[in-house]
Amino acid sequence: MGSWPETVTPLHRRPTAPATPSPSRPASAPTPIPTTTGPLATVPLRRASELPAPDTTDGSALPVVDGLGGLLPWGGLRRGAVVGVAAGAAPGMTTLLLALLAGPSAAGSWCGIVGGGGELSALAIAEAGVDASRLPLVPDPGAKWPEVTAALLDGLDVVAVHVPQGLTPQMSRRLSARARKHKAVLVPYGADPDRLAGADVVLRVVGGEWRGLGSGRGRLRERDLVVSSRVRGRPVRATMRVPGFGPAEDMARVVSLMRRETGR
Amino acid sequence: MVLWCPHWPADESFERVAAALDEATPGVEILRPGLAACPARGPARFYGGEEAAAEQLIDAVVALAGEYDEASAAAASLRECQVGIADGLFAGWLAARAGVIVPPGGDAVFLSDVDVAASGRPELVALLRRLGVYTLGAFASLPAADVLDRFGFDAAYVHRLAAGEPPRPTVTRKPPPELTVDAECDPPIDRVDAAAFTGRALAEQLQRRLAAYGLACTRLIVQATTEGGEQLTRTWRHDGILSAAAVADRVRWQLDGWLTGGSTGDGGARPTGGIVRITLMPDDVIPYSGTQTGLWGEAGEGRDRAHRALTHVQGILGPDAVVTAEPGGGRGQRERTRRVPWDTTDGEPDTSGEPWPGSLPAPNPAVVLAEPLPVELLDADGAAVGVTGRCLLTAAPRRVRIGRGEPVEVTTWAGPWPVAERWWRSDARRYARLQLGLSDGRALLVRVESGSWWMEASYD
Repeated sequence: MGSWPETVTPLHRRPTAPATPSPSRPASAPTPIPTTTGPLATVPLRRASELPAPDTTDGSALPVVDGLGGLLPWGGLRRGAVVGVAAGAAPGMTTLLLALLAGPSAAGSWCGIVGGGGELSALAIAEAGVDASRLPLVPDPGAKWPEVTAALLDGLDVVAVHVPQGLTPQMSRRLSARARKHKAVLVPYGADPDRLAGADVVLRVVGGEWRGLGSGRGRLRERDLVVSSRVRGRPVRATMRVPGFGPAEDMARVVSLMRRETGR
Repeated sequence: MVLWCPHWPADESFERVAAALDEATPGVEILRPGLAACPARGPARFYGGEEAAAEQLIDAVVALAGEYDEASAAAASLRECQVGIADGLFAGWLAARAGVIVPPGGDAVFLSDVDVAASGRPELVALLRRLGVYTLGAFASLPAADVLDRFGFDAAYVHRLAAGEPPRPTVTRKPPPELTVDAECDPPIDRVDAAAFTGRALAEQLQRRLAAYGLACTRLIVQATTEGGEQLTRTWRHDGILSAAAVADRVRWQLDGWLTGGSTGDGGARPTGGIVRITLMPDDVIPYSGTQTGLWGEAGEGRDRAHRALTHVQGILGPDAVVTAEPGGGRGQRERTRRVPWDTTDGEPDTSGEPWPGSLPAPNPAVVLAEPLPVELLDADGAAVGVTGRCLLTAAPRRVRIGRGEPVEVTTWAGPWPVAERWWRSDARRYARLQLGLSDGRALLVRVESGSWWMEASYD
């Protein structure tokens, strides 16, 4: 915990050099830095996003499935982080949430879902690769959800919380402090992405496509989910293949004859 | 010490004699009707010598004879009863037949002159006699290994008896330890903190009692009884050992929900009166040999942490608030997910691995609606789509209206896949399923049953 301030201060907010004109420049501003010409041209300025990522994982980051690694600034789930899963423009949030839990669960971590999960299918949980016996659900916490979430952050590694109304910054601060203290990952999900302002990173499904289903034939077989997030101020987008949660880009897009045969 | 009643009638119960013997000495074991054994050391010390103890036993039995019919065989048998004392049971029985007391350690000497016929195995006795072995002592002097080789296990057993070695010690019945602890509450408790305080005292009492027997509790039943006679019983399971503090916490959590009426389970019914009795019953005990963590250390630690956090949540919301989703057997999506309260089992066998012909293959929908939503499935002309008796759609679906929402265009679809369940019973079900891909990217599973369409699940 000695190196803690290192991890809470977003790197791109710190002055990268003593002569940086505006240290409080918004984190996400992708505007070009204007000081590379003129009197300050000699100062070696770089974009914050070009800096090497700080080693905040200290070897204890929880692993995630392949398809999600590039969407998180830490390559995995950093303990103490708040990772939002927002309802995006396309359906698939539940699958994305399960994908996020699949990596830690496969590594033996305990996950939990508060406020949702009452309609979650046990089969979908198993197909996602999440161990249902290590996934306690609290479907109906009512008004006591912050209390329940705080209690679960004490003991579980990843706690997903359904926040239909969004997470107030104050609540987010309280819960993320709790998560940091107990080295757990808080995953608020279900809200509008704008209402998850307190999260370190927000994942959302922005597109997707089902395959296998035709007009009166075939069945749903697999899908591609396009997931977006921001890593160090830069928008990132990745396509994840379901089931398997692997990245979809490196697969050849071949419409196989076999699929046409079996899809009837 | 063995008591022998010669010629005890086979049709007579020996129970009364056993009861009379029980009065005179503890730990009586009935070998067969007419023959009873008990440890001699205790009675000998109590009555002041083995002879005095034997006389006491005979007196008790002869006194009992008076209660039987004077001419009956049982009364005669009781009057003729004999007592013998020896180290081993076999020697004791022979001593009883002879009516002698064998000094401690003298079994082998006592047996050495007894005829081999006393072993009660005619075939073996005949064989030994032909071999020139006439007494148990002579038989005992043969090497044990050779006896086993030549004559088999039964002869080896007799050989041990003949040598005066105990084949087995007399086993006395010992009642299982009483582990349940309870406390009467006077005045009745109607506050949680007071109940928790009582619970803590009880838990410590239970812990001491378990420790005295070298046991530890892994499953505990906590029962609270009110003035009105209502009972709240709940079983708490724990992977590790339930410490006194953990037991006290569970008592508090259980009563918290009940007394404040905030429990989500149990129908939320509040008790009508205060609690008059709290009982802790260890349901599952194991020999306690120090705490053990998981085989790989850390894993067990993580599990313990998770357990603590979850029991905490159970304390906040009630024990049924934390569930796990376990796969269940069935064809419908709803049946294939069981909600099992945390740390308990629902007692249902897991049939998910059995073949369920007609169930949909993976991938399965992630969200299964608790209550199916009514949907309208429309064809190109806006007319409702139906399913014929031959399980064909009347028209290709073009639009779907979910609940009261706007109709959404159906781009892809497949089905209907029929299910006819339990058609031989009164609760028979017949329905068909359809997968729909919508223009907004959603994929749904809808069901048609008795002519109406329902949205069952969503591939979210």
